[in-house]
Amino acid sequence: MELRIALAGNPNCGKTTMFNKLTGSSQRVGNWPGVTIDRKSGKIKGTDAELIDLPGIYSLSPYSPEEIVSRNYLIDERPDAVINIVDATNLERNLFLTLQILDTGIPTVVALNMMDTVEKLGDKIDVKKLSEGLGCPVVPVSALKGDGVDDLVKTAVDVAGNGKAPVPVKFDHRIEDVISHTENAIRGNVPNELIRWYAVKILENDECVLGQHPEVRSSVSGPISELEEEYDDDSDAVIADARYGTIAQIVSSSVTKAKRDEKGSLSDRIDRVVTHRILGLPIFICIIGAMFLAIIGYGDITGIGTYFTDMLNGYIGDELMPAAEQWCADNGVSDVLTGLLVNGIIGGVGAVIGFLPQMLVLFVALCILEDVGYMARVAFVMDRIFRYFGLSGKSFIPVLVGTGCGIPGIMASRTIESERDRRITAMTVTFIPCGAKLPVIAMIAGALFGGNGMVALFSYLLGIVCVLISGIILKKLKSLSGTPAPFIMELPPYHMPSWINVLKGTIDRGWAFVKKAGTIILLSCVILWFLMSFNTSFEFIGTDATTDSILQVIGEAICFVFQPLGWGDDWQLTVGTITGLIAKENIVGTFGVLYGIEAGENGEGLEAVLAAALTPAAGLGFLAFNLICAPCFAAIGAMHRELGTWKATGIAVLYQCLLAYGVGMIIYAVGSIIAGTEIHIGSIIAAFVILAILVYLLVAKDPFRQLGDREAAA
Amino acid sequence: MKTLKDVECGKTAKVVKLHGEGAVRRHIMDMGITKGCEIYVRKVAPLGDPIEITVRGYELSLRKAEAEMVEVE
Repeated sequence: MELRIALAGNPNCGKTTMFNKLTGSSQRVGNWPGVTIDRKSGKIKGTDAELIDLPGIYSLSPYSPEEIVSRNYLIDERPDAVINIVDATNLERNLFLTLQILDTGIPTVVALNMMDTVEKLGDKIDVKKLSEGLGCPVVPVSALKGDGVDDLVKTAVDVAGNGKAPVPVKFDHRIEDVISHTENAIRGNVPNELIRWYAVKILENDECVLGQHPEVRSSVSGPISELEEEYDDDSDAVIADARYGTIAQIVSSSVTKAKRDEKGSLSDRIDRVVTHRILGLPIFICIIGAMFLAIIGYGDITGIGTYFTDMLNGYIGDELMPAAEQWCADNGVSDVLTGLLVNGIIGGVGAVIGFLPQMLVLFVALCILEDVGYMARVAFVMDRIFRYFGLSGKSFIPVLVGTGCGIPGIMASRTIESERDRRITAMTVTFIPCGAKLPVIAMIAGALFGGNGMVALFSYLLGIVCVLISGIILKKLKSLSGTPAPFIMELPPYHMPSWINVLKGTIDRGWAFVKKAGTIILLSCVILWFLMSFNTSFEFIGTDATTDSILQVIGEAICFVFQPLGWGDDWQLTVGTITGLIAKENIVGTFGVLYGIEAGENGEGLEAVLAAALTPAAGLGFLAFNLICAPCFAAIGAMHRELGTWKATGIAVLYQCLLAYGVGMIIYAVGSIIAGTEIHIGSIIAAFVILAILVYLLVAKDPFRQLGDREAAA
Repeated sequence: MKTLKDVECGKTAKVVKLHGEGAVRRHIMDMGITKGCEIYVRKVAPLGDPIEITVRGYELSLRKAEAEMVEVE
């Protein structure tokens, strides 16, 4: 039977680098059951053993999803061995997890990583003494350079093969007395090899274990309260103190520290500047500004990402599509199939794939900032602002990325540890106007406001306001409630990026996007193409004809929904909004087709028809609706990946559409009153009702749960 | 009661006891803030919160609300 070896360790200890080194290209990525955490596994090179990468954790306590996933795997599936990666420059905290792993009795090898840095500092670690202290083999390695990896693999396969349990590290005898008392009380109720683990967890007041064995706590409450009295602390704190105390002993007997430089390490000196009390924020703005300038560009400067995206879009539109059309014509393919292939599939999916180069460049930049250790500092600097709205500083990165494109923005939310903040961020990132929404903004500004730049400023402000008020509203939802996540976060030392990690991180995220484009986005494009190219008798009326198509019938049927927003009887506005789901800039193109005008990229030529169809207030409302409502299919796909289920994704899209409708209505009503333009009294009343509801959702303590309780009572 | 929140930037304090409960308290302990350990307050974020401390040889950031749970000498 093949061996299963788990890879465990703290975040930032070099675990990802080690996993890549050990498994090479044989990796498989799945999901841990019930949570949206990647479950990576792969064959260890040169062996039959399977390596399972556990999430990076600091402890086996039962709180975060990462911790629960890890301990469930160790306890319920019991791998043959554990490789525990330990950052040798930060031994004390890293060994806190090690001691808990050793309690499970699973054969364990400690991989002492970053030994090269330790040597550079002039410190000495006596590996033999450390191994004696921990009661398990210790192998010095460098995950980055690959030193010691062969030795590690050999040792891990050895201990997995002979199955010899490690000697658990003992605390002082007073605590050990209570542990053995507890062991006796649970003997027979838990697997024998896990008895110490369970006993220690009971002393730690572990909610999961006590939930499984509620009878135990009362039977050992006597000895535990004696212990608590003696140490003048709760038993969980006693165990934590004892564990750190034992670690301090082991470390002091095996590590000789050199004298430190007075000025501090290079990392300290960098940190003193970039998170400086006064300079911190300006430096942050400069770094992000430089990043966006390099990727997207500004004015006459074309960013790297934009350059490649324009190139790819040009290739798809000017060469691939005509070539495919020609090929179809040469081979006698029917008009319907040609339309489906060229305009439906290549055109639709191409519009989405065109963003790929820009995203890849953005991913590279983000991966570097993350790997270097700067992202943690960004969260540190920005936390104060975002906490005010119920989010943490870490939500700032996705919002920022979202100004370029919502999809990588949504994906960037993955770096947020708190599940609640992560979900709220993923649901709201697309409120920020992305690159594809700029033509729509330009069109409305040009047609109704004489090209006033304030319209663009208004759009960005509106997006930010929507993100922030959504932070307040959504955290009141039952599924997203809970105590606000603490912000207890390690600030890892700065170090040079590992290019393998950057490359792998970029490819992983890019590939996830391509897969989405090949499945859900492809399907959506085909359906929309069908609706645009067929009439209600299911006769083909020419590719993207749109006029007289099923889509027009749908648009006419549902355009009454938007009449209160001042869109009048113009079904074209409704249809444009629908085609915007492929990519938001489609709205402009669709208007061109529907109004029969050859429109420019930013809607030049559409001014007259739009001015006739919409008052300025209604136009601003139309713009607001399209900025905030359901994003493009690609972004919905990315949201689904982060939220985990279609139900949650559906709720998110519904929330976005409702908010968009409400905000559109309010802007239309308020704008009409200010400008003194015509508006139905019903819209004004509705707008104020919506405004009242919004204020209630913002101010009320518990608006959703009350609603739920009332339903339950009925 | 003096807490970690009251410790000035650049000063070191010794932990007496942890208050609070549940996940946050446990997380604070897991990160190495336990009875008797020394904490050096390195800096305060540009907007006044959170703070950065050195504990057990590494850098940790936490909000003042969490620092308030840590009683110090």
